[in-house]
Amino acid sequence: MIDSGDTAWILTSTALVLFMTLPGLALFYAGLVQSRNILSVLMQCTGIACGASLVWFICGYSLAFSEGSAILGGLSKVFLFSIARDGLSGAIPETAFAMFQMTFAIITPALIVGAFVERIRFSAVMLFSMLWLLVVYVPVTHWVWGGGWLAKMGVMDFAGGIVVHATAGISAIVIAAMLKPRKGFPDDVHPPHAPWMVMVGAAMLWVGWFGFNGGSALAANGDAAMAILATHLSAATASLVWMAIEWKRFGKPSMVGLVTGTIAGLATVTPASGFVGPLGGVLLGLAGGLICYVAVDFVKFRLRIDDSLDVMAVHGVGGITGTLLTGFLATAAFGGAGLETGVVTQFGVQFIGVASVVAFSAIASFIIIKITQALTGLRTDAEAELQGLDLAEHGETGYRL
Amino acid sequence: MKYIVAIIQPHRLDAVREALTGFGVSGMTVSEVKGYGRQGGHTEIYRGAEYKINFVPKLKIEIAVPSATSEQAVEAISRAANSGKIGDGKIFVFDLLDVMRIRTRETGEDAL
Repeated sequence: MIDSGDTAWILTSTALVLFMTLPGLALFYAGLVQSRNILSVLMQCTGIACGASLVWFICGYSLAFSEGSAILGGLSKVFLFSIARDGLSGAIPETAFAMFQMTFAIITPALIVGAFVERIRFSAVMLFSMLWLLVVYVPVTHWVWGGGWLAKMGVMDFAGGIVVHATAGISAIVIAAMLKPRKGFPDDVHPPHAPWMVMVGAAMLWVGWFGFNGGSALAANGDAAMAILATHLSAATASLVWMAIEWKRFGKPSMVGLVTGTIAGLATVTPASGFVGPLGGVLLGLAGGLICYVAVDFVKFRLRIDDSLDVMAVHGVGGITGTLLTGFLATAAFGGAGLETGVVTQFGVQFIGVASVVAFSAIASFIIIKITQALTGLRTDAEAELQGLDLAEHGETGYRL
Repeated sequence: MKYIVAIIQPHRLDAVREALTGFGVSGMTVSEVKGYGRQGGHTEIYRGAEYKINFVPKLKIEIAVPSATSEQAVEAISRAANSGKIGDGKIFVFDLLDVMRIRTRETGEDAL
């Protein structure tokens, strides 16, 4: 029986999550690059959104969510052909479910854009992202949300700490390492060209995340409401944590720093959002703000990997942190919904979920990048990098002032 | 006649304009420029990484004045633009051969 309230909420959430990528994430990333690369970043996000939609239509949805094995779904819903107009997924139309999940399939590969900006070929972006969606995102989604082996094991990932943020983060650091740093990294690269744009994009992500986490309840109920409450509190807390650290360390609180904290808090609360209470949200924000801050320095200055816009440190580390903490903060003691197993058992399951997905994503990404390199090449030439990808790759100029 | 080019801190523009109009300088040209002198650049910090900003934003003011008021104009600019900190800029004075107001074809000091 279709529930019109649930359906209305999922349709709304679908729009909110698409808005996270277009234009939220696109603007967030575009403000962080140099002015000569703004269009290339907007283009990469938009191109991936369009391509991912068609891959989802052709076989992505079917392989992720239709009946299959513990490893991969089946082919019964290829081209979304067998989805009836009045077919149901729970109490909502299956079309709404498929479309809602499509917006997740859009934003996840788009998150990886932050790793390779300012130096990658556009053809490589498109090929890599589509292969990645099929080879990494679709199977992991099936494992966790589509009735696969991690779901059967009881892994808790409410809105995508593992499925979205861990997969994208790990793959980001792999491609950043293989692509090699931008010219001048780390001491002589150029600063963000429009910090105000970064804030605008982050604010769109923040609002859209209500649909991402709240919509993942797949119903208009208490879980959805609590998810939004915890999500918002985590974002606010992590923003303040990041701001405070920078204020203490550098003497001034920065706009870019604060909104980076926002995203860290949002990524961290994602896997736990529907399972924890308001206190859990605040604690996840605290943890996410602190740990992601340390991770940014670690990747940049210790590992010396030019994950240019900190996809691994903010999304990957945030998503993993949240996933590992979910079991603890979901307990009634912290105001959560409670666990079906013991805390230690649940932590073990969460750990297996993270470790297996991280390992799989890293290896699969490595192979996909090698294939992409062979077919299209990865980097633009040095001259194009210097000229800026807007003109070199797209023949357009971002600002004509 | 003298042609005066002054590089100043952007936030000092209003003070300089008021000081110059105070004794009859009736026009000026202002450009946004970037450069460095003894101040060097400055650093900005984004996500824990320091970025050296080598070319600092400044304003370039250009005015033409009769030779008799040239010193007064330099004095006015230097007072108004002085914050006492490094990076306040410089004033350059050139001899000006001729001027023409395009609309009326007046030349020399009449055109100032």
